[in-house]
Amino acid sequence: MEKPILYTNHLTVRYGKGCEHCLDGGNLEKNTCPICKTVWACNDINIDLFPGEILGIVGESGSGKSTLMKSLYFDFPVTEGAAYLDNYQDGTDNIFDQSLQQKKYIKNHLMGMVYQNPMLGLRMEYSAAGNIAEKLIAAGHREFKSMTERAKELLVAVEILESRMKEPPKNFSGGMQQRVQISKALANNPAILLLDEVTTGLDLSVQAKVLDLIRKIRQEFGVSILLVSHDLAVIKMLADRTVVMLDGKIIEQGLTDQILDDPQHQYTQQLVHSLL
Amino acid sequence: MIDQKHYNFAFLDENSKREIRRCILKAIAIPGYQVPFGSRELPIGRGWGTGGIQVTLSIIGNDDLLKVIDQGSDDSVNAINIKKFVNSTTDVLVTNDSEKATIIQTRHRIPEIPLKEGQVLVLQVPIPEPLRIIEPKEATTKKMHAQCEYSPMWLYLYEDLLRCGKIGIGAEYPVTVENRYVMNPSPIPRYDVPKLNQAEGLYLFGAGREKKIYAIPPYTDVTPLSFSDAPFETEDFRGKVCRLCGAKGVYLDELFDEKTGEQFYECSDTGFCAKRRGE
Repeated sequence: MEKPILYTNHLTVRYGKGCEHCLDGGNLEKNTCPICKTVWACNDINIDLFPGEILGIVGESGSGKSTLMKSLYFDFPVTEGAAYLDNYQDGTDNIFDQSLQQKKYIKNHLMGMVYQNPMLGLRMEYSAAGNIAEKLIAAGHREFKSMTERAKELLVAVEILESRMKEPPKNFSGGMQQRVQISKALANNPAILLLDEVTTGLDLSVQAKVLDLIRKIRQEFGVSILLVSHDLAVIKMLADRTVVMLDGKIIEQGLTDQILDDPQHQYTQQLVHSLL
Repeated sequence: MIDQKHYNFAFLDENSKREIRRCILKAIAIPGYQVPFGSRELPIGRGWGTGGIQVTLSIIGNDDLLKVIDQGSDDSVNAINIKKFVNSTTDVLVTNDSEKATIIQTRHRIPEIPLKEGQVLVLQVPIPEPLRIIEPKEATTKKMHAQCEYSPMWLYLYEDLLRCGKIGIGAEYPVTVENRYVMNPSPIPRYDVPKLNQAEGLYLFGAGREKKIYAIPPYTDVTPLSFSDAPFETEDFRGKVCRLCGAKGVYLDELFDEKTGEQFYECSDTGFCAKRRGE
């Protein structure tokens, strides 16, 4: 059986100390403990991502999708649980237990992240090429020409004109900014791409272009993608398998067609009906 | 009146000097690391070399010979006043000869003649933080140093190369010390930066306003940040000579004759130039 390239084991992100009630698995009001008010942003998350696969994570706002992504990218500290990468120490070491230098290595060599808000992922004052070079520099590259060539190649791959590579992303449209983010995330040929609501806030025609691009990237670069969205249409179009999250927990997961055709959980049924 | 009868030796009280010396020792122990210190009030405005003066006053002893230069000049108002101040509170002799001096306090230049073992060069620093050009928050730059996170600094250099074809930083060119800390060598020209590498003497940097001291001990690796295919370059004075002493291959000041508009060059290091002329 094929090994997953990424899997998490009881991953939990909690804001607050917790109390006997919530730590012992007592009922929560949405994702908050009614007694100590601790917020369980991600609660006991177990997912696996296989090579070349697109795994969709869908859920309403506040369901913990972005927290999960940002935790995997070390932006948020994890309270409990583990995550393993098949291409890091043969999948034996929990990535959250690693030193700061090792986490930087994982971030810069093994993963790429595209944020919902381009302001988080890009330096708006620097050039588009510079933004890509930053990722290469962080991975230890120190040759100006090769970095510029790589930036050019990636920008062309995401359909940004070579003549605009010296322009700062603040001059670009929202869709172009997302495309620069994608090319930055791909700079070091990572095996895993984390895409957090990449099409949110874009108009439909631009959304379609970005979605086409994600499909193309998967084919050309053979990268595995964790795709967060609150939009089932996006998930339907791209994801092989889908995880449905609600109030910080996974309530349902399976093949995307299966989830859409035969949703089991009441929330998923509502979500699917709202799509149709 | 400031003199030794009215003030403690070297103006500062002994406890202050001891604290500064402890900070200097820590700075020497961790080359390139900025050590915070309690910058004292001096009869000179902050930003006029108070960091360098406090370092000098803390390390100076009766047997020392002091040289003070300001942008290479021994005779500028700032240099003269600092010399007078130190001399009047210590009775330590002053000199213009950088080879004889045991302590050289300077701003914006390193003397032409390389330091020897036993010599100390004290540099006045306005902004000690090399990452300030990319990050305004002190808490963030401290974290960046601690985590050795210098990618944004490299990116700054990359952008210069991409947009202008060359790195535009003239003075204060960032350097890496012992392959660990990125350090601001103070506003010395690029020409002086290679002198920091594997130097025989001790370099001390004092920033009074910013309350930081840092150091480059003798025989320390100091490397300017540069890309493998865009090497670090210094100012080029090829084909130019000092009109006073005829020196070539030294750092020259470009001057113009007010009447004729004629361009000429003179040694920036006035002590070096005077010595060549036998003055």
